[in-house]
Amino acid sequence: MIRLEGITKQYKNTTAVHDISLTIGKGEIFGIIGYSGAGKSTLVRCLNLLERPTKGKIFVGGEEITALSDRDIRKKRQEIGMIFQHFHLISAKTVFDNVAFSLKAAGIPKEERNARVPELLEMVGLADKAKAYPAQLSGGQKQRVAIARALANNPKVLLCDEATSALDPTTTDAILQLLKEINRTLGITIVLITHEMEVVQKICDRVAVMEAGKIVELGTVYDVFSGPEHPLTKEFVQSVHSFSLPERLLESRKGTIAKITFKGDSAESPIISETLAKFSITINILHGQITYINDKPLGTLIIEAIGSRQEIEAAIRFIAARTKQLEVLADVA
Amino acid sequence: MLLDLVNEFGKAFFETFWMMSIAVLFAVLVGVPLGIALFVTREGMFFENRFVQQVAGTIVNIIRSIPFIILLVVLIPFTKLILGTSMGPTAASVSLTVAAIPFYARLVEASLREIDRGVIEAAESCGASPWLIMKDVLLPEAKPGMIAGLTVTIISLLSYSAMAGIVGGGGIGDLAIRFGYYRFQNDVMLITVIILIILVQLIQFIGDRLAKAASKK
Ligand SMILES: Nc1ncnc2c1ncn2[C@@H]1O[C@H](COP(=O)(O)OP(=O)(O)OP(=O)(O)O)[C@@H](O)[C@H]1O
Ligand SMILES: [Mg+2]
Repeated sequence: MIRLEGITKQYKNTTAVHDISLTIGKGEIFGIIGYSGAGKSTLVRCLNLLERPTKGKIFVGGEEITALSDRDIRKKRQEIGMIFQHFHLISAKTVFDNVAFSLKAAGIPKEERNARVPELLEMVGLADKAKAYPAQLSGGQKQRVAIARALANNPKVLLCDEATSALDPTTTDAILQLLKEINRTLGITIVLITHEMEVVQKICDRVAVMEAGKIVELGTVYDVFSGPEHPLTKEFVQSVHSFSLPERLLESRKGTIAKITFKGDSAESPIISETLAKFSITINILHGQITYINDKPLGTLIIEAIGSRQEIEAAIRFIAARTKQLEVLADVA
Repeated sequence: MLLDLVNEFGKAFFETFWMMSIAVLFAVLVGVPLGIALFVTREGMFFENRFVQQVAGTIVNIIRSIPFIILLVVLIPFTKLILGTSMGPTAASVSLTVAAIPFYARLVEASLREIDRGVIEAAESCGASPWLIMKDVLLPEAKPGMIAGLTVTIISLLSYSAMAGIVGGGGIGDLAIRFGYYRFQNDVMLITVIILIILVQLIQFIGDRLAKAASKK
């Protein structure tokens, strides 16, 4: 659906985006995560040419948008909706007129606009707010209006620049839910920028981690969560899955402490009981958690193995072989 | 004698009203488009144009830096050219208009600059044309600011119009000077000043009300 080839965006003395190539599939929810200043906004703004890349080509729906004239870009933008952190509604216009504006931009005649706007407001759950002005709405409601406006011309792609960053957790969840629904029912490809890993975990299929204008890691959300490689990715993953045990606890232990990550099938098989049956050790569970990402389980368990040195080592080798992810945190024995 | 004075006041009012109406009309008709032009040719805007920015900006600044009393005199030949005379309230309105247009254009530009850049970008991201953005985003969003700016413009023009006497333009200010200053009728001066104060308050009050009504924030 979207293909970037060597996109670079250079400002006077900063390279905001540095030679990024990327393909985003049709119907995918693609996340881009990174800290402030990483170049996320710049990158996503290139996708509808709000920002013209200094170098590189961008294809949307098979068409090279970087080669289009201004007039054709405007037409193309009707296929690429966008929502923003601060909503950016026209404050002097009612909710109805804000949504109608988008249709007007596409040259839709008035009668059709009047029929279509209520449908859109219905879809985002704001049918009763048509006559309200943006100032009379809550943040979540404003974002719903912005979503209705962005979807008015049946776009193929929806760009979200920190669309939930100004909202509280409950409202964030509701908006994410709405986005997911839109993705499922309308098949719209969503590119979503965020600096919160929870957002990625909740709705994205794949994620790119950005730092200093470059993508440092890219993969399915499940893979990135279960085996982050880049230090920055690890940091983001830890921000939602943190398993740091208190120092004191680690010190006062007599056995070997290990962190086991269970992925996919291994999360569902009884590895611990198999281990206990096979080796003469005891296992103490210090911490455990299973999360589901895209409906696949991802488990983390911190255990303490107590027994003879030999048995512990054998047991650990056994578990490591079965789960492929075992990290010894402290070896007291 | 009293009747004379009442007549004089009536005449002066009408002259002021006449001069100002012409100037305000043109300030809106020319100042608004000029203000928009100054805004949309700015760096990063859709009609970015260095040349227009510089030329229009410089002309606007030059006119704005000339004291009105000098403008009044300097424009005498120009007034004669377009009206055939350089005397009377209509003649004075030419200078007022010339002063009002750049004054208001800058205020219009300033109120457009108050608009959040993101709102314009969001409109662009909908695929809207520059014309639609001007009509449906810039003008409605800047409307309260433009009304407030017009209020300031009208009040400034009222004070400028006091100098219209120089070209025989008459008006309230001129009345105050002729009677109050040259004929030592301090009471006339006082009454005029009080009337002007009330007038300014009234204009400001109405302006604020209208600006508030236009703002949906
Ligand atoms: N118009 C501009 N002119 C000059 N530099 C810019 C411009 N826009 C962005 N930059 C620079 O480009 C870099 C990337 O900015 P960008 O807004 O893309 O970051 P971001 O990842 O979206 O950050 P945030 O999370 O704060 O929104 C920053 O160093 C920023 O200062
Ligand atoms: Mg950003």
